[in-house]
Amino acid sequence: MVNQTNSGNERVDLAYRRRKNAEEMKHQVISFVLMILLTLISFAAVGYDEFSHWFSIPFILLLAVVQVAFQLYYFMHMSHKGHELPALFIYAGVFVAFLTVWAFVTVVWW
Amino acid sequence: MSTLARKKGVGAVIWDYLTTVDHKKIAHLYLIAGGLFFIMGGIEALLIRIQLAKPNNDFLVGGLYNQVLTMHGTTMIFLAAMPLVFAMMNAVVPIQIGARDVAFPFLNALGFWLFFFGGLFLNCSWFLGGAPDAGWTSYASLSLESKATHGIDFYVLGLQISGFGTIMGGINFLVTIINMRAPGMTYMRMPMFVWATFVTSALILFAFPPLTVGFIFMMMDRLFGGNFFNPAAGGNTIIWEHLFWIFGHPEVYILVLPAFGIFSEIFATFSKKRLFGYSSMVFATVLIGFLGFMVWAHHMFTTGMGPVANAIFAVATMAIAVPTGIKIFNWLFTMWGGNIRFTTPMHYAVAFIPSFVMGGVTGVMNAAAAADYQYHDSYFVVAHFHYVIVGGVVFALLAGSHYWWPKMFGKMLNETLGKITFWLFFIGFHLTFFIQHFLGLMGMPRRVFTYLPNQGWETGNLISTIGAFFMAAATVILLINIVITTVKGEKAEADAWGDGRTLEWAVSSPPPVYNFAQTPLVRGLDAYWIEKMEGKKELTPAEPLGDIHMPNSSFLPFIISFGLFVAAFGFTYHNDHSWGLPVGIIGLLITFGSMFLRSVIDDHGFHIHKEEVLELEKKGAKA
Repeated sequence: MVNQTNSGNERVDLAYRRRKNAEEMKHQVISFVLMILLTLISFAAVGYDEFSHWFSIPFILLLAVVQVAFQLYYFMHMSHKGHELPALFIYAGVFVAFLTVWAFVTVVWW
Repeated sequence: MSTLARKKGVGAVIWDYLTTVDHKKIAHLYLIAGGLFFIMGGIEALLIRIQLAKPNNDFLVGGLYNQVLTMHGTTMIFLAAMPLVFAMMNAVVPIQIGARDVAFPFLNALGFWLFFFGGLFLNCSWFLGGAPDAGWTSYASLSLESKATHGIDFYVLGLQISGFGTIMGGINFLVTIINMRAPGMTYMRMPMFVWATFVTSALILFAFPPLTVGFIFMMMDRLFGGNFFNPAAGGNTIIWEHLFWIFGHPEVYILVLPAFGIFSEIFATFSKKRLFGYSSMVFATVLIGFLGFMVWAHHMFTTGMGPVANAIFAVATMAIAVPTGIKIFNWLFTMWGGNIRFTTPMHYAVAFIPSFVMGGVTGVMNAAAAADYQYHDSYFVVAHFHYVIVGGVVFALLAGSHYWWPKMFGKMLNETLGKITFWLFFIGFHLTFFIQHFLGLMGMPRRVFTYLPNQGWETGNLISTIGAFFMAAATVILLINIVITTVKGEKAEADAWGDGRTLEWAVSSPPPVYNFAQTPLVRGLDAYWIEKMEGKKELTPAEPLGDIHMPNSSFLPFIISFGLFVAAFGFTYHNDHSWGLPVGIIGLLITFGSMFLRSVIDDHGFHIHKEEVLELEKKGAKA
């Protein structure tokens, strides 16, 4: 979005955009490292025998949710302006899907 | 002479409609096809009522009655109400937001043809052994046992195909409303019908996938040796009920929210007032859409989910009465102090309020889980949902047809005949369904093809049957009205009712193919009304007059849908006949082949040049 401003002169806010891009890059690298770290933690959680499945399965699911958030916000730029509606529809879809699965596991199968 | 204004022969007109991607013509197609299915569903309803007119009747017995009953429900919901709602949306939503077409015109045409071929396939079952006979909900425990005919297969595959079309339509309108609003048309300046379409489309987007999954499971179980719903092989028959109602309850709001939108337009126009409480109307619409996803299990109170689940779903269901109540009061306050004109659409709108409120009240009664054990599977439930669907949706569709008929076809429907239609329909409706509340409370079960004398049900059923014939007469008069209007109706003005508030009344009736010669600038809610109040005859343009880019017509949507139609036949019979599988594969090849063609052929559309636009505008197109 930042690079798509339709200002006539491209150089107007070059310095600003440089700084912004550098910052963005930093965020991406940090979240990339974090994501690798989270993946390693989930492998470790499964591999470590002391943890029961009742801990490790919800735990890696939680880590997965964090990773999806990183993916959406840092790599797919959902944190930028102009992504409010996609965010709304993603969350609405997640909500409906969650509700459905929740009802199935609580009402139908148990 | 311009290619756009040339007079065409019958063949050319038919070809035009088969290939059109213009939202206004697709609206005509939806209206005609939906209307035909509405008449078929109506005839099925009459047959049901004739059978039930007296005890021990043998007009339609057993299996045949089940088929007619199933097809009445299925046809009315999927093949009449849905496409008629889409007809209204296609006819006005792009114009109301100041756009030249929907975001994906090709997809729009594809959506229609998928619906049409799905409906055609479903109705082919009448001639091929027998129609589906497990009710419109087609519960798996029943439908998997219906093995004598291929009825259920026709139901599953036919609705699957038309369901694809519906999802496409929903996505199309979402993208259109988000991206194609004219300059100045902020979300809170959108006409109420556009808001209703927006929320409805979101509901379609989220509600149809569960149904699609359910249909795929059912298709596997019926045709490909699956066991998703077969408890003997480890499946679970209740899953179908959940999947169906996770779709089925939002479906109720998919139908009724556009109805609310249509009535909001009509109330404001014919009260000559701004819609009362616009922002609370928007809030209520969104809230109904949201809550609509949390109540599906109130259709399953007697399934045995347990008291906790029943209580949660009961309370959630009752909560929906709150935003609906907000809407009812807003409509009343819109009329309050207004300069009311009782036109035909306004008749329907005024009649809608008490009729729909009655349906809502019995809805809250049904929502009380403990009491529902008494109402369940009785005519009380039949009375309830007909009050909601007919008193809400059908009234709205009839009102919307009269209201937007001049915009869609350029001629005013006859008001006298329109009012006769209204009174016959209104009286017939209450005559048919009011008494059914009491039949239900007296213990008459739904879906059963006959009953014994001396249970106190004879008079009620006879009254109900008489009412059904009133509604049939109303429909016949509506058809006569349409024929008379088409043959010698008076030409409609752009602002056909004289009090139009929204953008569609600023363009000629019917609008030119490009809708707006210049995209309008929207300066507030009820954009056209604002301009009129400032003494202007036309909208403020937001761009200079220029060439207009238009999409090319295409025959591919028809072929893509036809391929699925052929494939559905093949797969229905692939267990009985050796030709089944090849026919199925050929059908899929037709579909995917034409999708491939669509992908590889570059289609850049064409331009209507500035000079042609000026020429058309001079000839009376006004935009």
